[in-house]
Amino acid sequence: MADSQEEKLVSIIKEKFEDQVVLVEQLYDFLTITLKKDRITEIIQFLYDHPDTKFQFLTTLAAVHYPDNNQIGLMYQLHNMYSNERVRLKIYLPIENPVAPTLTNIFAAANWMERETYDFYGVIFEGHPNLKRILNVDEMIIFPMRKEYPLEDQTREDKEDDMFGR
Amino acid sequence: MDNATVDIDKVKPEEKQYSYLNLGPTHPATHGIFQNVLKMDGELIVEAEPTIGYIHRAFEKLAERRPYNQITPITDRLNYCSAPINNIGWHMTVEKLLKAEIPKRVQYLRVIIMELARITDHLICNAVIGVDTGALTGFVYMFQQRELVYEIYEEICGARLTTNIGRIGGFERDFSPKAWEKISKFMKEFPVVLKEFDNLLSRNRIFMDRTIGVGGIKADRALNYSFTGPNLRAAGVDYDVRVARPYSSYEDFDFTIPVGLNGDVYDRFMVRQGEMWQSLSIIKQAIEKLPEGPFHAEVPEFYLPPKEDVYNNMEALIYQFKIVMGETEVPKGEVYHCVEGGNGELGFYLISDGGRTPFRLHFRRPCFIFYQAYPEMIKGSMLSDAILTMSSMNVIAGELDA
Repeated sequence: MADSQEEKLVSIIKEKFEDQVVLVEQLYDFLTITLKKDRITEIIQFLYDHPDTKFQFLTTLAAVHYPDNNQIGLMYQLHNMYSNERVRLKIYLPIENPVAPTLTNIFAAANWMERETYDFYGVIFEGHPNLKRILNVDEMIIFPMRKEYPLEDQTREDKEDDMFGR
Repeated sequence: MDNATVDIDKVKPEEKQYSYLNLGPTHPATHGIFQNVLKMDGELIVEAEPTIGYIHRAFEKLAERRPYNQITPITDRLNYCSAPINNIGWHMTVEKLLKAEIPKRVQYLRVIIMELARITDHLICNAVIGVDTGALTGFVYMFQQRELVYEIYEEICGARLTTNIGRIGGFERDFSPKAWEKISKFMKEFPVVLKEFDNLLSRNRIFMDRTIGVGGIKADRALNYSFTGPNLRAAGVDYDVRVARPYSSYEDFDFTIPVGLNGDVYDRFMVRQGEMWQSLSIIKQAIEKLPEGPFHAEVPEFYLPPKEDVYNNMEALIYQFKIVMGETEVPKGEVYHCVEGGNGELGFYLISDGGRTPFRLHFRRPCFIFYQAYPEMIKGSMLSDAILTMSSMNVIAGELDA
């Protein structure tokens, strides 16, 4: 991806959503734009429709828990198939109330990706048609990928599970 | 209602009675643990509700506790039909983070391995499509060829299915003469078998009648569902990571991307069939152009040294110890690397905070993403077509559930 293309993309976003852009950076040759969380769907819809950007392919969506800042980061990776450009959009949600708008109205693929993110991080996607757990059991009460749940200590001795060969 | 005079086509939808069929979780026809609750109108599927996660093994969580070289065996178990692609994809992600320069020879050797893996992946998928349409012959015939590829893996890394092939920085050793011998044997024998398999099914009237127009998806829907790989190409979009974002010197090779038109079972079959021929051509070019040079990069802090060096060389012993104990310092950073896996864009999104383990590792698993289109693809089709659609999408349970 040429630099001029990226500059053009950044200027297109800044033109309309100047106040929303927090940070623009290049992370290992990947354009990453950090945005404020409130108008994220609007921005993604704008990038989807705009004739110069056409980001009409959602590559992936992932959350990250930052326990030090009490935040959950949400990363959207979009792809413009026409010009082979990629962009990563990031928003940060507070851990007490991790609510983000859903993308299912724009991308059908967002459905399971959002369910997975809800399942592991507890991010509530407002407007999602079927927001329930997907990979974990329905009875689970925690969001296991959050950093406060460490993996079991391999050397623990309080459990009697000789049957499992430990 | 008088039973004898009910015309089934004139019953209004709201008055219809539907039956529910629980297909799975374990069902001999689904090739893995998939559950689908199907709402059936006679033999037609009205709605499907897939349940997944039966073999979820928390890979992303496990990865947050393992040093980088110990994550490779986890990636084996994503798409276990083409494990080397996952391994090498992960190695390349870490190398990207380290900004390591990889020798040309390593890149070419990797291309050979990855294309062999792609062949085995597609070979199983296509052979199984044959089985699901009632042609067991091709399956048995093709499976023997997979065995030959597994013997090549065995010669290179000692393992067969979950290969854990190579290391961060390159390979554990150069290919042995025996390995080259096995590769050339495969290159000689496989095209003959593939041609015969092609003759058996590609223009077979029964097979065509059974697969054309079944389980189709149009290009715009496929893109909206973030399809990648052969399933997207069957719908007519020529997106291939090897071309769109070349890695490991794929730009040096001359190959075409087969595309389909309707995105149905037949097109998916033909696209995979075409890709196997392309893979063979890439392997051939890689062997011809293979440069001389070292079989690993000069990244001693991350490249696990060969065992004979560990015993005879103090430095190698120190690095071995540091790597195994996870004591090496990793640069901070955020990397996304993607490779063209057997099923499409396999992505690794890695955040490193400088610690011994990743801060976050997210796998973009193509199966997980495209399997959600399955209910839409089988709506209105017959139960037997649903089975066929699933096997032609090549849904691998390991990759689906992570």
